Amino acid sequence: MSTTHVDLRRGAYHDSVTLLQVSRTVADVDGVEAAQVAMATELNVEVLTGMGFDVPEGAGPNDLVVAVRAADEDAVAAGVAAAEAALSAKSAPSGGFGDAPAPRTTAAAIRAGGAEIALISVPGRYATTEALDAIGAGASVMLFSDNVSVEDEVMLKDAAARADVLVMGPDCGTASVGGVALGFANVVSSGPIGMVAASGTGAQQLMCLLDAAGLGISHCLGVGGRDLKTAVGGRSTRQALAALAADPATTSIVVVSKPPDEEVLADLESYAAGLGLPVRWATLGAGRPDLTTALEAVLEAEGHDVPEWPKWVADGDPAPGSVTGSLRGLFCGGTLADDAMLLAAESLGDIRSNIPLRDDLALGSDLKHDGHVVIDFGDDGLTQGRAHPMIDPTLRMERIAAEAADPSCGVLLLDLVLGYGAHQDPAGELAEAIRDAKQGRELPVVVSVTGTEGDPQGLTRTAETLAAAGASVFLSNRDATRHALTFLGSAS
Amino acid sequence: MTETAQPLHGLLSAESPSVATSGVQLFADALRGQAVSVTESDWQPPMEGTEADLAKVMADARRAEANATAYARMTASTAELCDVKQAKDALGLERGTFLHAGPPIDWERASGPLRGAFIGAVLFEGLADNAEEAEKALAAGTFTFEPCHHRDAVGPMAGVVSPSMWMYGLRDEVHDAWSWCSLNEGLGKVLRYGAYGPEVVDRLHWMTDVLGPILQQSVRSTGPFDIKSILAQMLQMGDEGHNRNRAGSLMLLRELLPGMITADASSTDIAEAVRFSGANEHFFLNLGMPACKLATMAAHGIPGSSLVTTMARNGTDFGIRVSGTGDEWFTGPANTPEGLFLGDYGPDDANPDIGDSAITETGGIGGFAMAAAPAIVKFVGGDVAFALRATQTMYEITLGEHPMFQVPILDFRGTPTGIDVVSVVRTGILPQINTGMAGRVAGTGQVGAGLVTPPAECFPAALAALATRT
Repeated sequence: MSTTHVDLRRGAYHDSVTLLQVSRTVADVDGVEAAQVAMATELNVEVLTGMGFDVPEGAGPNDLVVAVRAADEDAVAAGVAAAEAALSAKSAPSGGFGDAPAPRTTAAAIRAGGAEIALISVPGRYATTEALDAIGAGASVMLFSDNVSVEDEVMLKDAAARADVLVMGPDCGTASVGGVALGFANVVSSGPIGMVAASGTGAQQLMCLLDAAGLGISHCLGVGGRDLKTAVGGRSTRQALAALAADPATTSIVVVSKPPDEEVLADLESYAAGLGLPVRWATLGAGRPDLTTALEAVLEAEGHDVPEWPKWVADGDPAPGSVTGSLRGLFCGGTLADDAMLLAAESLGDIRSNIPLRDDLALGSDLKHDGHVVIDFGDDGLTQGRAHPMIDPTLRMERIAAEAADPSCGVLLLDLVLGYGAHQDPAGELAEAIRDAKQGRELPVVVSVTGTEGDPQGLTRTAETLAAAGASVFLSNRDATRHALTFLGSAS
Repeated sequence: MTETAQPLHGLLSAESPSVATSGVQLFADALRGQAVSVTESDWQPPMEGTEADLAKVMADARRAEANATAYARMTASTAELCDVKQAKDALGLERGTFLHAGPPIDWERASGPLRGAFIGAVLFEGLADNAEEAEKALAAGTFTFEPCHHRDAVGPMAGVVSPSMWMYGLRDEVHDAWSWCSLNEGLGKVLRYGAYGPEVVDRLHWMTDVLGPILQQSVRSTGPFDIKSILAQMLQMGDEGHNRNRAGSLMLLRELLPGMITADASSTDIAEAVRFSGANEHFFLNLGMPACKLATMAAHGIPGSSLVTTMARNGTDFGIRVSGTGDEWFTGPANTPEGLFLGDYGPDDANPDIGDSAITETGGIGGFAMAAAPAIVKFVGGDVAFALRATQTMYEITLGEHPMFQVPILDFRGTPTGIDVVSVVRTGILPQINTGMAGRVAGTGQVGAGLVTPPAECFPAALAALATRT
């Protein structure tokens, strides 16, 4: 008979990533069967209820719930104590005699540190306020938060233009300014290429390929995934292009984007033509080059050799064309998913997705379909109330297991993004999931790894861990996708 | 290339830009891992249900300039004691009308001390023969009540003002404005704490017949006196201007004495007026309050400004007014202060928060200047570290640091001045107010002193009103 403890702490706020780590710490305590330390958001209350915890009435998103179930009361007490310890370790140190308290708002932090950039990753519904605050304080903003409305995005970008600062985002995963890597970012060498990115993982893929080719970047300015859509009209892209054009360290520019709207792209192309330095485009879309091919064109234009992209191909996989099931692409990076989907659609035809190429290809809310499927686990719809899958891979791990049990799944295509901000040991967990998935059935698994040797996790180390689990690993997302397609051949 | 010619304020040419973060701690840690200079905000969600209003008000293009203007006017205002007059002459206060502290209220909802003060004022004006009669007439609606703030006046505690009472007149030369406040009656059983016994009414008569005319002669013959300058000095002498006014009272007396001594009155009356004024540690409070009122009046009525220009309590409700929302009050139930009690009194004897004296905090002193007055903790509770922390926390919710009011122990940093509704709602930090405590039962008087905050709901309500005006 196990014992349950649930308590509610009003007004005790911690961010979701921190609480994820605290929950894991508590769950690891001897005798603890289940533990969840979370803010009482609608989603978390649902999760807690699903775990069999009764959340007290009246709990709101500003209240912290500590829920522990364990074998006996001692274990519960140990679990709660572990939660306390982990939470107090995460809290800002309280000031000593006469010390000023920690700044409480983004602008206060900007003023206290004389910061040029504000990195904002608060939950989406609070993000507009913090971004306005930062703009008002004269700082450029990297807005990692997603679930920000397009109206607010336009308003923020107009306010930023008036203040001559840049809004990178919303939903901006990566940026690199003056050698400072912000958000999810790989350790790459510096060089003459400036990057403007309406795509986080797309930019990371390009930077990693450039790094593998021996070329570096000056800056990578994120602009948010919707910047090249008509509603936003390239507001941040224009500012970023102008800033890079005026930067002496930048000699050419690459713009990387999820599929843009045509007229915005055309406007930007004519704007870029007057900047006095080459501007090249890696903008995804049907009939356009994939990320790797676009990057190869940049290398050629720069007079640089195109290397053979690193790969670790598994042996023991089925022969080309011999697999009868469908493609299942499970991605954390939205642009990597788009890139793979566009490429795969050329030979496979229709692919169902939560970020579909056409509206009629949209997956239902259960994200299930018998045919070819590509899912972006980092999409807004799947990150409400939870951390990005590059930090919290739970949902994707569950799906990998589900695909392994599904006979209609013929080949698994996965991505894995390394670098700052990402999971510290993503390969270990993923390798285990791959081994489990391949248990008792023939299932080729292909992983596109976006990373560099300089990343804390290490490209080769990561690839070898995955390869040892029987996966084929590619640095190029294009090459990974093509490899996955070879198994399906004409059978699809 | 010059600084201004570079786009984004030269962001791309910064050596290693420093970063401020709000949200996920992991990203700050990743930056530290790169040896980047990082300042993390201790971000917490704003008061519940305010996201949409916050975004609207913060996006209001007028706000930054409106707040800058309001703040500049507030700190530029001057405050000179220029006259002393009876309320009927100073404010045109009609017989049968009584001013009171805080937002508007009727007899039905009035608390014990406010009722007691009304009774005392009715007796003092000779509008009833005894307390029972006075109470009956008050309950019957015979008299008119009006907030002091509606007449550009302020009153400590119950703040009850009747036409015969004398008032200090302070003038803001820069903005050509006047503000008024009654004379301080001393401590103990006094009208402002709700006492109305014979000694209270007798004292009021003596103040009207003797003290008022002597003070008027003094100010008219040797004034005007710069009250703002005394405020600046007393903060460097251990006062915070709300609950500790010792140095300020002495400095004021120094200014008034020559004119008092030479006033046309009997030497006995002059001696008693001087003794009375010198014996009262809070003598200056009734000058500091109208000085802050002048400052906040100068900041009031600027469209788009989210600066708080009034915080006031009537013993039942706490109300605020905001520069950009005009004369509308945003109220909530007044909290009961926590602190130290006189004699045998305890928490159950204390009335909820009362008085216009929170105008001092609204003007950037009082609880906001606690760090300047560490000795205050002996009077209101808490410890010295708390006093230092209180002032430093208030910087999070204010627009600026006062150019004249400085805190020596914080390296002469200006006091946190100009409460911003937006910052209060975003951080959940409520203004820190130092206050006296009145007895709950009419007629009791003062029972203690302590610390209090406004009810949180005033601020989201004011924010919502600002949002509808964008």
